[in-house]
Amino acid sequence: MALKRRKKDLTFWERIYIPEIIKGLTLTLKTMFRPKFTVEYPEVKFIPSASYRGRPVLVMEENGKERCVACGLCSRVCPPLAIEVQAAETQDEKERYPVKFEINMIRCIFCGFCEDVCPEEAIVMSKDYELSFSSREEALYGKDKLLTPIKQLQDRINFLRRYK
Amino acid sequence: MSILQIIGVTVVKILVIFTMMMLTVSYLVYFERKISAWAQNRLGPNRVGWYGLLQPFADVFKLALKEDIVPTNANKPIHTLAPIIALFVAFTTYAVIPFGPDINLFGYNIPLVVADVNIGILYVLALSSLGVYALTLAGWSSGSKYSLLGGIRSSAQMISYEISMGFSVAGVLLFAGSLRPVAIVQAQHGWMWNIVLQPIGFITFLVAAFAETNRLPFDLPEAEPELVGGFHTEYSSMKFAGFFLAEYANMIISSALIVTLYLGGWQFPYIESFGLPAGLVLTIQILSFFAKIAFLLFFFIWVRWSIPRFRYDQLMNLGWKVMFPLSLINIIWVACLIMIFNL
Repeated sequence: MALKRRKKDLTFWERIYIPEIIKGLTLTLKTMFRPKFTVEYPEVKFIPSASYRGRPVLVMEENGKERCVACGLCSRVCPPLAIEVQAAETQDEKERYPVKFEINMIRCIFCGFCEDVCPEEAIVMSKDYELSFSSREEALYGKDKLLTPIKQLQDRINFLRRYK
Repeated sequence: MSILQIIGVTVVKILVIFTMMMLTVSYLVYFERKISAWAQNRLGPNRVGWYGLLQPFADVFKLALKEDIVPTNANKPIHTLAPIIALFVAFTTYAVIPFGPDINLFGYNIPLVVADVNIGILYVLALSSLGVYALTLAGWSSGSKYSLLGGIRSSAQMISYEISMGFSVAGVLLFAGSLRPVAIVQAQHGWMWNIVLQPIGFITFLVAAFAETNRLPFDLPEAEPELVGGFHTEYSSMKFAGFFLAEYANMIISSALIVTLYLGGWQFPYIESFGLPAGLVLTIQILSFFAKIAFLLFFFIWVRWSIPRFRYDQLMNLGWKVMFPLSLINIIWVACLIMIFNL
């Protein structure tokens, strides 16, 4: 019975290695002159696309007030229990607002469930990925840090309207 | 020249070569990292100094500050001896390789080689085989199975490739009719470089040189994925730096040896016929020697980032069933050339 030619059997030119080695060497030599992928981070910053899930923030309307109505759905859905909301009444049309809104950024896992579940499009994921704290207290982001003007978040909101 | 003058000149030559060697080794490490980065679309070290040029010194500084760990199971004297052997071999081998023609300085005729020994090639082969002791002893004395495997592999590999290396050198020796490196270089005048006359011998020697220096694709003694770090798994601090240094110094020696044996040493083809002033000719010849070495060093690094590691049985197959017969064929080829053309 004749031996069947297997797929891994090499031809003569492949067996003497040298042409194949030269092929490999030319490939790496070409690669050496191609543009580099490296982003030199502290000097050059990576700008994520709209689908990026960075630090969750609260949307601030143009009149300087938050959209949030303090329904508490985000804090209910949050898997690591990172969000704390305390509601209060207001004279505005929406009647309720969060008197305290706190995200513990040590706990947050950037899953984006809060954004998914929010009926008012009031909490969205931003493009901010530079998070560092030197103490646990600093990691508690209150309303002062969370409120972000709607202009900076338009990108993400458009993305959500399109794909959510 | 009196004996004192000879000693003085030799000491100066040793100092010059040693300094150049150390500098080249440190920048070879830098270029290894740079070229590896380029081959992978990265930038490489660029933080320490201008374009990262001070990186080698930062590396050495870091290694010097590390704790020197000796495992409990290690055989301490031999564990210490192994990197010393590696360094000794790496720095003494260069002595017999000429880096330029004789020069006339202050009325004296000074050959540009530390020791013009008439058995120079034997000396190189002997010392480079000694180098295997460094790896084997390092592997054995560490008292760790990974190190031991690395050490055993290194001895098996070096012995297998030493043979084809020796036989390829024999072809060169037949042409030159001498074991003196200076005579071998002089025999390769014009385009009579050995790479042109015996390409098979060149290839077998090149492959054997890669195996001898433990560079990829033959770096089985330190194959990281299988052996953690191979023979130097249990080394740290300056002892590790010793092995590291020796590896790169060995690369330089192998390149210098290949240049001497196959690429015409310091010869620049037909430079005498251009009618240039003697000083310029000399400079071009010395520079051409260093340029050839630089190209080969680049080639060493280039191959490392192109070709994957051989499997152990493939390595042995290649060494015994391919390289050994090829080097024998090369000897016959050279003998035929000599018979037919009376070279």
